[in-house]
Amino acid sequence: MSHDAPAAAPSIDWSRTLKDAVITGLIATAILGPFIGLVTVQDMEHRLILQTRWPLFLALLAILVVGRLLLQIFVWGRPAKPKRAPLALPPSVERIAAPFFIGLLFVFPISVLFALGPQGSIKWIDNYGIQILIYIMLGWGLNIVVGLAGLLDLGYVAFYAVGAYSYALLAKTFGLSFWVLLPLAGILASFWGIILGFPVLRLRGDYLAIVTLAFGEIIRLILINWVDFTSGYAGISGIPRPTLFGIPFNASDNGFAATFGLEFSPIHRTIFLYYLILALALLTAFVTTKLRRLPIGRAWEALREDEIACRSLGINTTTTKLTAFATGAMFAGFAGSFFAARQGFISPESFTFMESANILAIVVLGGMGSLWGVVIAAVALVGGFELMREMDFLKLIFGTDFDPTQYRTLLFGAAMVGIMLWKPRGLISTREPTAFLKERKAVSGSLVTEGHG
Amino acid sequence: MSRWQTQPLLEVEHLTMRFGGLVAINDLSFTVGQGDITALIGPNGAGKTTVFNCITGFYKPTEGRIALRHGEQSIWQELPRATQASGRKWAKGGSSLWLLERMPDFEVSAHAKVARTFQNIRLFQGMTVLENLLVAQHNPLMLASGWSVLGILGFSGYKKSEKASIEKATYWLDKIGLIDRADDPAGDLPYGAQRRLEIARAMCTDPVLLCLDEPAAGLNPRESLELNTLLRSIRTDEGTSVLLIEHDMSVVMEISDHVVVLDYGTKISDGSPSEVKADPKVIAAYLGVEDDEVEEIEAEVAS
Ligand SMILES: Nc1ncnc2c1ncn2[C@@H]1O[C@H](COP(=O)(O)OP(=O)(O)OP(=O)(O)O)[C@@H](O)[C@H]1O
Ligand SMILES: [Mg+2]
Repeated sequence: MSHDAPAAAPSIDWSRTLKDAVITGLIATAILGPFIGLVTVQDMEHRLILQTRWPLFLALLAILVVGRLLLQIFVWGRPAKPKRAPLALPPSVERIAAPFFIGLLFVFPISVLFALGPQGSIKWIDNYGIQILIYIMLGWGLNIVVGLAGLLDLGYVAFYAVGAYSYALLAKTFGLSFWVLLPLAGILASFWGIILGFPVLRLRGDYLAIVTLAFGEIIRLILINWVDFTSGYAGISGIPRPTLFGIPFNASDNGFAATFGLEFSPIHRTIFLYYLILALALLTAFVTTKLRRLPIGRAWEALREDEIACRSLGINTTTTKLTAFATGAMFAGFAGSFFAARQGFISPESFTFMESANILAIVVLGGMGSLWGVVIAAVALVGGFELMREMDFLKLIFGTDFDPTQYRTLLFGAAMVGIMLWKPRGLISTREPTAFLKERKAVSGSLVTEGHG
Repeated sequence: MSRWQTQPLLEVEHLTMRFGGLVAINDLSFTVGQGDITALIGPNGAGKTTVFNCITGFYKPTEGRIALRHGEQSIWQELPRATQASGRKWAKGGSSLWLLERMPDFEVSAHAKVARTFQNIRLFQGMTVLENLLVAQHNPLMLASGWSVLGILGFSGYKKSEKASIEKATYWLDKIGLIDRADDPAGDLPYGAQRRLEIARAMCTDPVLLCLDEPAAGLNPRESLELNTLLRSIRTDEGTSVLLIEHDMSVVMEISDHVVVLDYGTKISDGSPSEVKADPKVIAAYLGVEDDEVEEIEAEVAS
């Protein structure tokens, strides 16, 4: 094979390549035939009838076979290139990139507003800006638990739910303002983090993951079934919106628009919410970077590396794990109360396991422990999902019934598999040391332990 | 009289550890003298590591008492009363006794000041050499950072303690000859350097007793010599007593003041290196001789 003859011009073994394409076609037919080619629908009398979708099936088959062929010829047929060094942001780049990136986030809503006007920009600021920032914040919060302390938490959304319901219920029942309830929601969520932490932190690895998963489900089931308290599936609506230190965003005489002599527009609130979540996310990043350089953050990472060694050095691993859980939960609580205030309506539907999985995927894809990785992964995943809504042109190809958003999970899975193949430790896999004597050298990801709970 | 009899730092009495039916340690008693390098030796599976795990709180012994002294010798008189009381610590006039068998592992290190290393090295591989030494100073730094609150707010008091902790780490890096590798990941170090780093990390917790589980295992002769120098310096310059497990008899004879020999969980000999070396029971245990032959050897040695 050409791998073995690096000096000679790469020649392609055609018979092998064609055989591979045929096998690909057969496997694809076997799998896609029943799943894509055939579909059951109900007719008017609620009978199941079988329909065929051969054009779609053939299109996918062609993509697979041709794709495999092209890969064989152009990628796998070539001699292997020497491995590149892992992607690391040198500290100097980070020092320039961080202010640039934060500046970009600050001017984003204003530039969109100028470019598209109040009507057109709402979607961009809300669906992209706010949505992505919520996930960045959640990713950064979970990063403390999973990335730093190495505790695999599959029920992180439970704390998000606690934050959201705390705000919704307390604001509706006692009429407390958002600014009072925001810290309170954080405290309540971290309190629940501790409650969960106490019994489960003696578990490790997979066991911890399963128990946290169950905890997430328990919280969701309580929200569904304790109807008197949470109104169950119906959810809570009419949640008070946050105000700008007492100035509401409405069309009334003492509203934001009237106070500042502007014409009322819903974009004001959207922009306000954008800056609010931006501030919360930056707070999360600030606290995380600070904590990493403090003894507690170092102890978290040491815990991920070797728990027994930690105990031999006098570190109380139980309280150290609990602080990681509580800190992570607190940021989820903040994000949750923001979410409730932004939506004005919450129901248990928003806090399913899928959410936990999404947030975890962001952390894992980004590279565990890396703040930049979380940003890139959140933009790619959440932004990518939103972009799929826009791809109306695909209807021209696949027919009017084609709904690109239905393929989100498929792409999501493909992205995960791809990352696990090419960058098994996430997009940014190197670790920044928290202290240095002479120079800060990034630690290669292959040395960093991923934690076993 | 020897130092371990006149000035004991640690007293292990009637220590027994059972794992189900297996008796890993059987009624073991010995003392560690202040300022001594004490060696715990014995064939494979004799129970040496298990003794360490009991002393450092990783195992709860089935039976027995493990007492450690901070301060004056006279505090030993309080031992019966300390045992009667339910607490872990018995203090009187600035001195104190710690009952280690009552304490969880991390408290043995944090409060009783007993540090340890592991038979198979347990460094924080993905953290730098310097970070490893900083993690070891977690408790004092945590206090200085006001349990992180003052640290986040950037109080200057914490910065000062952090600087002091880096200085201490630098001191130890100099001592173990790894100052040039301070910013490299610990997992990248060669084996011998990892062993030394683990010792330095344990020393950064300011222990009164340092327990080393086979520190010379896998070292080449030159590294082994360097290790001896390091251990002697820890004893004389830092005033830390050392308890070590070792297979290499040349190392044991060279540096230790006191040797305790275990076989199948039972103590078979206890004394100065030369006494132990001449003990026929030790020779028998190491050469794997049957019991009836021991008497023959005893006769031989005596003649
Ligand atoms: N956690 C445990 N559970 C069950 N048995 C154990 C446990 N720890 C140690 N043992 C047993 O206790 C005995 C003594 O083991 P230990 O590790 O203390 O020996 P050692 O003297 O350190 O040997 P080596 O020189 O090989 O390190 C062995 O038979 C071992 O199998
Ligand atoms: Mg051992």
